[in-house]
Amino acid sequence: MRTKALAALLGLLAALIALPAAADTVKIGFITTLSGPQGAIGEHMKNSVELALDHLARKLGGHDVEVIYGDDQVKPDVGKQLADEMLKKHKVHFVSGVIWSNVMLAVAPTVTGAGTFMIGTNAGPHELAGKMCHEMFFTTSWQNDQTPEAMGKYMQDQNITDVYAMAPNYAAGKDMIAGFKRYFKNKVVAEVFTPLGQQDYQTEISQLRAANPKAVFVFYPGGMGIQFLKQYAQAGLRGQIPLYSVYTVDEISLPAVKEAALGQFETRYWSPDLKNAANEKYVADYKKKYGKMPVFYGAQSYDGIMLIDSAIRAVKGDLTNKKGMIAAMRRAEYKSTRGPYSYNSNHFPIENFYLLKAVQMPDGEFAMQIQKTVFESHKDAYAAECPMKW
Amino acid sequence: MSWALVLEQTLNGLQFGVMLFLMAAGLTLVFGIMNLVNLAHGSLYMVGAYLAAAFAHWSGSFVLGVALALPATLLVGIAVEVIALRTLYERDHLDQVLATFGLILFFNELISIVWGRAAIYTSVPTILGGHFRILPGVPYPTYRASIIVVGILVSVLLWGLVTRTRLGMRIRAGASNRTMVSALGVNVRLLYTLVFGLGAALAGLAGAMAGPIYAVQPGMGEAILIQVFVVIVIGGIGSIRGAMVGAIVVGMADTLGRAFLKPMLATIISPPAADKAGPALASMLIYLLMAAVLFFRPEGLFPARSRS
Repeated sequence: MRTKALAALLGLLAALIALPAAADTVKIGFITTLSGPQGAIGEHMKNSVELALDHLARKLGGHDVEVIYGDDQVKPDVGKQLADEMLKKHKVHFVSGVIWSNVMLAVAPTVTGAGTFMIGTNAGPHELAGKMCHEMFFTTSWQNDQTPEAMGKYMQDQNITDVYAMAPNYAAGKDMIAGFKRYFKNKVVAEVFTPLGQQDYQTEISQLRAANPKAVFVFYPGGMGIQFLKQYAQAGLRGQIPLYSVYTVDEISLPAVKEAALGQFETRYWSPDLKNAANEKYVADYKKKYGKMPVFYGAQSYDGIMLIDSAIRAVKGDLTNKKGMIAAMRRAEYKSTRGPYSYNSNHFPIENFYLLKAVQMPDGEFAMQIQKTVFESHKDAYAAECPMKW
Repeated sequence: MSWALVLEQTLNGLQFGVMLFLMAAGLTLVFGIMNLVNLAHGSLYMVGAYLAAAFAHWSGSFVLGVALALPATLLVGIAVEVIALRTLYERDHLDQVLATFGLILFFNELISIVWGRAAIYTSVPTILGGHFRILPGVPYPTYRASIIVVGILVSVLLWGLVTRTRLGMRIRAGASNRTMVSALGVNVRLLYTLVFGLGAALAGLAGAMAGPIYAVQPGMGEAILIQVFVVIVIGGIGSIRGAMVGAIVVGMADTLGRAFLKPMLATIISPPAADKAGPALASMLIYLLMAAVLFFRPEGLFPARSRS
């Protein structure tokens, strides 16, 4: 009896001693959208996180790794609850992901306020780049305004005038038009804001044709873009009035719109055909493992894991050395899928932006192809408002 | 603002209206006759769109795809009625709302599992792919014109079915007084199944025709469902004629509001203020219309005759 009790006690003690060893596992909470129409984006992000872990032999800086995925359902309140749960229940070391700017604005302060790293892999609301910047916040994507700025610059350089601008009527839609106009100084004949999630654009397209602009600039992410592009082509405007866009045609929507996107111009910081070793490996292995083309949301999430790995390696696995990890992340010393880049004082990337065009490949598939570099090492417009200095 | 543009926008409004009508007809019949609030009506629209895309891909013909999707959606509708909804007729509306909301989630997940979450591609047949000139200088997409034609044809057929056939007589009788109809020896259970199947097929037709214009993706049904509810509230619940009038009114008000409210406001108030107020007012217009109808005629414009 006694020996049994002693054995049990020993077992308990052993378990207690084993606990700190378990804490050596790096825990990452990854928040994205996994259900509903936008779940396709989250699927690409989750796939890319898993691929990054495969490439790192399921170790981050020598530690075992556990990723807890959370579905924000495109709702800021749900995102915040997920972050709270990850911080308190799972005691994560990093929170990553987040597609939507409004969700990010709820999640990031919760995470950084608890002294935990927030590694954003998509949303770049201007608040977080400016006054609300934080030393525990990094992003592997971009600040919202940067991409439309590149399009504005390109269209200005081409001396295109009489542009008709359209976007959904919400915060990011306004940001996109604002970013576009920061570099596009020629005449904008109309700015049309449509309700978020609108399905039918025939009415607006009829008005657009009547206005007869020289070019059209749009921001219609997700399903809205698919609908707009199809209807634009059906109205016979494709080939008649050139269409320029941001976040409207990507590798998720291309298989759904096909010919209706042909000739479309977009600006972006990354593309599957970007030539560098890390990207070629990422794209090839993604296609092999998941049977489809990766999309920029995925590339950013892949980079997020690589950035975390570089930081943990720099401090030799000491997860309590947060200062050391901040210093390491600021150097961005990892093989990014976009090629080398650096961080601005607000922890947003200083990176290149390219002009892309939707083309049909020799094998009949449709793809986005890089045409030229619009901006080299482009900084966002809000870094000056960020009080952080380093 | 030229007359050609007004004509074009009127056609757009008409096209949106007939699309809404195809959805509203089924929803209003199910509500009027079976006293069932069916939130999952949008799911049948989505199922129709997916089945049409799948059959079109398989057969290589869009028309054949739509033709096959119709009976298939009808069968899906009947299956849903027999398996899930039969037990709900005697329950109150809250239970029905909860159960049919559950069906929405079920169908969205099922579609995601079968076809994936990303939108799928549906093409228009080449003869309908282009656009033609309704007047010199006014091109209009052929596909949208064909939606108007199909919508009007189906409306006429439905009107014939409801007013000129024995089945239609029973449907109307069922909408007026269910208890009396069953007391007279009509197999109400079979009638319910048929009505639900018919409603599903109409929603499926709307979905199949929407495929080439909209994004065919999980959750596509919910976006249109709210407007369809507005239609049947304006038209009067349980009334096909009400659904027809309501659909055209909503289609026109929404389209013309979005097109012309801003320029019209700009002539009254300053252009920058109109820029802000125009789109806001346009997106509220159909709800304002619904509120006005509810205030002046709470039963809707053409209510089905007294239901006890």
